[in-house]
Amino acid sequence: MQMTTLRQDFLFLALFAIAVLTMPIWLDPLGANYPDLLQKFAIYGIFAIGFNILFGLTGYLSFGHAAFLGVGSYAAVWAFKLFSMNVVPALLLAMIVAGLFSAAIGYICLRRAGIYFSILTLAFAQMSYNLAYSVLTPITNGETGLQLSLQDARILDRTFGIDATGGIPFPNFFGLTMGGYGGFYFCAVLLIVCFFIALRIDRSPFGMMLRAIKSNQNRMAYTGFNTRPYAMTAFIISGMYAGLAGALLAATDPLAGAERMQWTASGEVVLMTILGGAGTLVGPIVGAGVIKYFENIFSAYNEGRLHAIFSFLPDGLENFFVTVTTPFVGEGWHLTLGIAFMLVVIFLPGGLMEGVRRIRSLFSRRKSKPEQAELAPAE
Amino acid sequence: MDAFIIQLLNGLDKGGAYALIALGLTLVFGTLGVVNFAHGALFMLGAFVAVAVRRILQLETVTVDPDRLTPWGSPMEIRTPLVQAWLGDFGEVLLQYSVPLSILVAIPFMLAVGLAMERGLIRFFYRRTHAEQILVTFGLAIVLQEIIKAFFGANPIPVSAPEALAGSANVGAWLGLESGVYYPWWRLVYLAFSILMAGLVIAFLQFTTWGMVVRAGMQDRQTVGFLGINIQRRFTVVFGIAAAIAGIAGAMYTPIVPANYHMGMDFLVLSFVVVVVGGMGSVAGAVLAGFLLGVLQSFVSMNEVKDLVPGIDQVIIYLVAVVVLLVRPRGLMGRRGVMEN
Repeated sequence: MQMTTLRQDFLFLALFAIAVLTMPIWLDPLGANYPDLLQKFAIYGIFAIGFNILFGLTGYLSFGHAAFLGVGSYAAVWAFKLFSMNVVPALLLAMIVAGLFSAAIGYICLRRAGIYFSILTLAFAQMSYNLAYSVLTPITNGETGLQLSLQDARILDRTFGIDATGGIPFPNFFGLTMGGYGGFYFCAVLLIVCFFIALRIDRSPFGMMLRAIKSNQNRMAYTGFNTRPYAMTAFIISGMYAGLAGALLAATDPLAGAERMQWTASGEVVLMTILGGAGTLVGPIVGAGVIKYFENIFSAYNEGRLHAIFSFLPDGLENFFVTVTTPFVGEGWHLTLGIAFMLVVIFLPGGLMEGVRRIRSLFSRRKSKPEQAELAPAE
Repeated sequence: MDAFIIQLLNGLDKGGAYALIALGLTLVFGTLGVVNFAHGALFMLGAFVAVAVRRILQLETVTVDPDRLTPWGSPMEIRTPLVQAWLGDFGEVLLQYSVPLSILVAIPFMLAVGLAMERGLIRFFYRRTHAEQILVTFGLAIVLQEIIKAFFGANPIPVSAPEALAGSANVGAWLGLESGVYYPWWRLVYLAFSILMAGLVIAFLQFTTWGMVVRAGMQDRQTVGFLGINIQRRFTVVFGIAAAIAGIAGAMYTPIVPANYHMGMDFLVLSFVVVVVGGMGSVAGAVLAGFLLGVLQSFVSMNEVKDLVPGIDQVIIYLVAVVVLLVRPRGLMGRRGVMEN
């Protein structure tokens, strides 16, 4: 790990903040500049940062993280229904509930490591998903999903005289509606805050402990540290991040369904983190962005669009390329995702960020004396 | 009593499918030390082999008979499946028994897929972490799913059982009960088939020299290697066998649940739980746990139990897995010292 000063960190943070806040500008040429998608980038970025605090730092691979996302969503929608359409109580409630939930699950799951931990978390997530669909219908509204309605209590709103006449009000932050660009900037600011916290954790002694758990848990125990509380804290923090992301999903689109908790959704955040680069700070956000971009943009491609792209080629070649690429776009974008993901795991175990670093070192090596190769963490 | 028997059969039937998938998973883990998340996809591939065989057998010639008219006044089309045209009545029998027939196709095909997968991908992951193995095979599972979806579409494709086995058997009469307990023939066939397959695999490992060497390799790979045996090649074949078993289990399952592209993922999670409950690397444990969990699941989904503990039917398998992992992490029949923490 390279040493960084506080000043470098703040510079890093400032660059990150600028990059995030100017997303509507630089994503415009890529065709991704519409609020719904931008919100998703920010929200799943938060989710992936949180997941990375657990997986990237401690090496515990949770396959049930979507459960916390789902719980956060339900809690947020309930806060909208019971208290206020302002997002602040909703976010707080979601983070508290997700934190408690992850504390309970983490307490049990962290008794085992490795693949057993993965299966335990998977089992708990599947249980939550199945229960949300069946017995817990009074709380989760089953298959329909939890929705707002005009008859909701909204105690705080009513006491302060903010009344909903004419339709269900939209979640807002003291007047700033959560739809459109307003929602995006709200999520973006939270993303930056979350990134800052993750950065501080990464640089702190606590972060060092988490890395120690990953590299060799036994050795850490021999030196007199109890590893469980550290892993537990990481698990809860990452659960709260997931809860926050879930609450933001509910805030930008006030509906919570059980499918958010399914294990394929947990798999998705794993994909994001690995694709971007587990253990790096920016990697998970990049991974989340790439996957959401592909999901929304790539899946909208069709044959006509492809013809337009390859139109610079002679006719025969154009048709050939269109036929070859059609199965990979539109409906088949999952195929592209699967292949890209396999390639990354096989050839770039450090994710896209490792690719960036390799390219950078390729260039810097020519100019200066090669630095000592960075040691890969012992697994 | 009737409901009890039906639930027992249901559970054993479902358990059969779990057992056959889990058996392959645990074999692969025990021999190669690889956690294969694509194993469910192999089950799904097998199911689609049955669909493909069915489709090929159904290829037909269409001739227009101008003398006969349809009720709408247009000349009638006469469709004859090619097999029937070539082989006569025997062709019809072939068409009828397309599912059992597809096993003959599924075994070599799945064996080839398994070997290709092992040589092409899995062998590069022996020394990587379990997490990376899970991730790469998860990616492979997505790819296989999507390929199947591109060819066969996203809708479930039903494949019918042979007509002779399409009805229900009066199980009650066999057991000497007064009231009739009826149970679909094909499910009984599947149950017998899964017991037979599991028995065959265990017998193969237990009573043949080849199987003995594999078991020795599972215990101590290095020593077997020192004895001059190419254990790697045998493990690769074991992977192929595991793939073939998952494949035929999938092919035979199509009359029960229509083939769809994500059925592998649906079974994967549960079979993993079964493997863990049985003990990682233990074949007999996986089979036992498969049947046990299947039966347990179908018993708790009886109304009497559900009224007592609402929602228990949804979580029982996972609950059992959690308890087993916490109390006895090596599972029911896992070897002492293997994956105990």
